Amino acid sequence: MTALRRVTPQLLTLAALVALVTLFFPDFLRIEVVNGRFVGTIMDILKRGAPIGLLAVGMTLVIATRGIDLSVGTTMAITGAVAAWSITQGYGLGGALVLALLAGVAAGLWNGMLVAIFGIQPIVATLILMTSGRGIAQLVTEGRILTFSHEGMAFFGSGDLLGIPSPALLWLLTAAGVALLMRRSALGMLIEAVGVNRAASALAGVNATVLLIAVYVASGLCAALAGIVATADIRGADANNSGLWLELDAILAVVIGGNSLMGGRFSIAASLLGALIIQTIDTGILLAGFPSEYNLVIKAGLVLVILVLQSPNLSHHWYALRRAARTRRETAMDRAKETGR
Amino acid sequence: MNPRLYPLAATIAIFLLAWVICVMQFPYMLSTRVVGNLLTDNAYLGIVAVGMTVVILSGGIDLSVGSVIAFSGVFIAVMLRDTGLHPILVFALLLVIATGFGAAMGWLIHALAMPPFIVTLAGMFLARGAAYMLTIDSVPIDHAFYDLLDDAYYLMPGKGRLTLIGLVMLLTVSVGMIVAHRTRFGASVFALGGGEATARLMGVKVGRTTVMIYAFSGLMAGLSGIVFSVYTSSGYPLATVGTELTAIAAVVIGGTLLTGGAGFVFGTLIGVLTMGLIQTYIVFDGSLSSWWTKIIIGLLLLAFILLQKGLLRVTMARVGA
Repeated sequence: MTALRRVTPQLLTLAALVALVTLFFPDFLRIEVVNGRFVGTIMDILKRGAPIGLLAVGMTLVIATRGIDLSVGTTMAITGAVAAWSITQGYGLGGALVLALLAGVAAGLWNGMLVAIFGIQPIVATLILMTSGRGIAQLVTEGRILTFSHEGMAFFGSGDLLGIPSPALLWLLTAAGVALLMRRSALGMLIEAVGVNRAASALAGVNATVLLIAVYVASGLCAALAGIVATADIRGADANNSGLWLELDAILAVVIGGNSLMGGRFSIAASLLGALIIQTIDTGILLAGFPSEYNLVIKAGLVLVILVLQSPNLSHHWYALRRAARTRRETAMDRAKETGR
Repeated sequence: MNPRLYPLAATIAIFLLAWVICVMQFPYMLSTRVVGNLLTDNAYLGIVAVGMTVVILSGGIDLSVGSVIAFSGVFIAVMLRDTGLHPILVFALLLVIATGFGAAMGWLIHALAMPPFIVTLAGMFLARGAAYMLTIDSVPIDHAFYDLLDDAYYLMPGKGRLTLIGLVMLLTVSVGMIVAHRTRFGASVFALGGGEATARLMGVKVGRTTVMIYAFSGLMAGLSGIVFSVYTSSGYPLATVGTELTAIAAVVIGGTLLTGGAGFVFGTLIGVLTMGLIQTYIVFDGSLSSWWTKIIIGLLLLAFILLQKGLLRVTMARVGA
């Protein structure tokens, strides 16, 4: 019940958005079964939202520790390049997946070590990989768009299972798995403890260093999955454009999900709703016939509204206003009493 | 030597060392032509990095500058195409808009008590979106005044050209040095970077200073947009994607502490030139691929951050003893 109350604002926003888009484009909610698979705009959103959704899962954990991971978009490019490279080298599907995931783990370990052991601010530590990572990805693809044709690999981008697109299935399962792991064990609480106060949690016996590294590794793994989906979708690795600016969308999804950038309490479900909201805006603007140029401006407006709502100052001002109003009313009543007497 | 000067000294030493290595391999890189091109090609980056230095000195960050540069270029191109206004008038209008935009972000950061990172992220979306709404095409600038600006240069000995935009960059850096190190505003910026609470106790007007810092960064981004539009003679909404990160990298390589409170505007110039030098070397070499630029800049970034960490530890130990 409390979990439901936590995500109510996000659910309402999403519902309002869906209603708005349906108004412009009545077929929005229709889902048809064609050749044994579900087809419709909603399915499309679930499928196209896979990279943001996957990134948002990892990003939620990182932000809960009061960190930020700017490198996830670049990690997507690296892992996608590694996956495509291994396929073209003939390592097979299993080899490609393992190598891509390992690349994600390596990226996460790098970030985690810089943050947890060297004590570099997360935004700077992950900036290093963000600027240099695309170079590494281009090193792997040798500057070309590395294409491949492999049905097993393409399944992760355009296949379907039980009629549901596999990218959608992948991010829903990942999110459910991580959320269960966080909430059915003490892990989630420990991460929140580190986010609220690292020194205090370390004194309380939480191994903050290992936990911080693990969080960045989880983010790297999520980025690896997103990279595999993106590469499988176009059956090629584009080192320049794969995951470009997706780190910002992922951060935005987490923020829309009401998770504080100051760390602490987090909700993966809310972040996923945030990712869905972003993807619905993206798709909805196209469907409603608006030029896609409006996309960024609408996003900016949305961020501003959320910032205002989340602002610690706003509630403070609100209480101050109410208190001032009450004092004024009381003095007025006192005065009225006095004059009445 | 004052330990505060170590990062700056390291920056200059690395730049000189890199140049010596370059010259040993390609003697022609010592010519004034290369120097002139280095200044011209990195003029817009140098200008925007001055604004970024002030923001980072105050402990903040401004992600919107790349989008503001793109917006500036598009705004100038569209205004020159659709109205009969003189470019100088358009420039003035643009600088007012860019400064106001920065000031608005600064005000939001202060009034909402939100991290600059996320507020300027919204600003980044907004400016880029506004550029898209003006046009989605590359708009060429065809104006006699622009030809004049383009052709204005001073011929240095050795046939190197010190172009107008290169000169503007050097002047901006000088102004930035004066603003950051010699004015009351600059002192407030350093105080804010040292810690907001202490700055407030010292009598710094935190709100006003924050607004001014981001307004300054917006102004620099607008100026950089003008220089960029002169450099490319066009306005394109997809231009300068990621410039904010290059500028941040230049500031860090220039020896400014990313947590704020310590650094030099002059170091930023050296940081920009170091990055330009790497690119020039790769062009000269011809066999190296351009992606090595990114990797080397990333490694330089790491080296400088670790150096700063080490220095901080040394000074802390000294203070403790």
